[in-house]
Amino acid sequence: MDIKTFIIVAVIKIVLVVFILLTGVAYTTLLERKLVARIQNRWGPTRVGPFGLLQPLADGIKFILKEDMVPDSVHKVLYIMAPMLALAMSLISIAVIPFGPSITVNGTTTALQITGVAHSGGGLSDINIGLLIILGATSIGVYGVALAGWSSNSKYSLLGSLRASAQMISYELALGLSLVGVLLLSGSLSLREIVNAQGQAPWWGWLPHWYIFPQILGFFIYLMAAYAETNRIPFDLPEAETELVAGYHTEYSAMKFAMFFMAEYMNMITVACLATLLFFGGWHGPVPQSAPAIVQSLMPVFWFAVKVFFFMFLYIWIRGTLPRFRYDQLMAFGWKFLLPLAIANIIVTSFIVAWRA
Amino acid sequence: MFHQVLFIIFGLICVAGAVNLLMQRHPINSALSLVVVMASLALIYLLLGAEFLAAIQVIVYAGAIMVLFVFVIMLLNAGAEEHSPGSKIALLMGVPGVIVLGCLVGWIMISNNKQLGGVSISPTDFGGPHNIARLLFRDFLLPFEITSVLILIAIMGAVVLGRRSN
Amino acid sequence: MVPLSWYLILSAILFCLGVFGFLLKRNIITIFMSIELMLNAVNLTFVAFANYWNERGLKLALSGHVFVFFVMVVAAAEAAVGLAIIIAVFRTRETLNVDRVNLLKL
Repeated sequence: MDIKTFIIVAVIKIVLVVFILLTGVAYTTLLERKLVARIQNRWGPTRVGPFGLLQPLADGIKFILKEDMVPDSVHKVLYIMAPMLALAMSLISIAVIPFGPSITVNGTTTALQITGVAHSGGGLSDINIGLLIILGATSIGVYGVALAGWSSNSKYSLLGSLRASAQMISYELALGLSLVGVLLLSGSLSLREIVNAQGQAPWWGWLPHWYIFPQILGFFIYLMAAYAETNRIPFDLPEAETELVAGYHTEYSAMKFAMFFMAEYMNMITVACLATLLFFGGWHGPVPQSAPAIVQSLMPVFWFAVKVFFFMFLYIWIRGTLPRFRYDQLMAFGWKFLLPLAIANIIVTSFIVAWRA
Repeated sequence: MFHQVLFIIFGLICVAGAVNLLMQRHPINSALSLVVVMASLALIYLLLGAEFLAAIQVIVYAGAIMVLFVFVIMLLNAGAEEHSPGSKIALLMGVPGVIVLGCLVGWIMISNNKQLGGVSISPTDFGGPHNIARLLFRDFLLPFEITSVLILIAIMGAVVLGRRSN
Repeated sequence: MVPLSWYLILSAILFCLGVFGFLLKRNIITIFMSIELMLNAVNLTFVAFANYWNERGLKLALSGHVFVFFVMVVAAAEAAVGLAIIIAVFRTRETLNVDRVNLLKL
């Protein structure tokens, strides 16, 4: 593939993925409001459009038209930069996530991943260290939260942001360690390789070779650590409405608040994508062999979307059901329970892998 | 050619970040420019084929150590820096002296370009996790274990030093 | 093809800026950050030479990367302990200016 085609294909992929992702974020907010409402035995938004389906559009227009205030005593550069940093880091994680194997349009074959390339020999490759890039983007995302609270120059924001960033860096450890079990089994840090390793022959002929079955403990540790990373219930003390006014985004209004909001939901989607890639076999699912080629290429993306939707449903279901942790309970849970459990998971997995070899 | 342009861009961002670290009076701005320096250094490592190290630089250095610095600056509520006498003489004589020395060393190195040769972006899996793991867990196993004990000592030291004495 | 001397000059510039910050600044946290800058400059030299020797066929050229790994680990440990010391000193002296922490001076 020459350089011009490469650039055009890359730009098309970026625009398409970002557009679909932002629409997904908008409709995730609607999904959350409807689901939490149904759990609480009420309807949720139903007025705007049929079944409230145009509610995100109305919310978007509201955010754009609201007055964008910058309070007097904030540190202006950091105040404006913090939500942009949070949003940018969430978008960077999406660049390495593979949505399916390749797709061939008009003679050009490209991998269904922004940073994936298709070789002329028929192979696909992506970044060697895709998983580390996602962990790195999560680490830098802590700055968005920390600087937002500090630059707002108010005590509620500062305390909320200190708590939120301490929580995020504590659970990053458990998050990284829970993924080491999957890495031991698959032998590569590249996300596409991990999904391909889960496409092997099923166990006993019928159980798919997904990593959730050997790594069930790692899966639960990952889930809990990811809920704490994305500041969702039961770990959302730093931004709950009944605590500390609104935490680190107290002083934010309109578009900047919308950016924090979008960054949080995009982090949720990234966590869901990563869980399906690492534990649920990614895009593997029954593909009918008699369909035309374009449907066969897009069927894996459909299965991927189904699994991601299941994780978003799980997120919102847990939000509607569980109460939240107190801050000291939260930190004790992360350091004294999840971290030793993740290390024990690594030890047991490495014994089994070494014993098998 | 493209390689040289990329190196010059990231190198300039590095140096600009480092100069900004010195020129700013408030430590939070210095900390954020140091994060910019580390991020551009991670990009230069990618140019040198060290992909694992670039990821580790972002995760450990820019994402954990500098967060620790930012935390401490926010907790201690460090204000802008005051100037004290006695550092003006060092500024007036030291800076031009080091610049002259640096230009001398740089000129010597550039004029010996033919003997030194260059580096290019290698297409192989040179700095990948597999190769580094092979070295780290076989040839360098003893230093690896010793550094783990070192980190344990550092954790204990930090906890003891940060404790309130009551 | 970037000449090796460019990488070495960039590393030298960063190291010199780190030394400037260490000697001229008065805030203890900024001095600490200059130390981290110096360590980063040294890391760049290690990685540049690792690539250089790998192209010229030296076995174990990747030990440059392993060395950078250890430097990062030591820098992390030192940053943690150093910041704990700074917090402990701040609790008693209430200042971050190094010129004020001079009780042992004659």
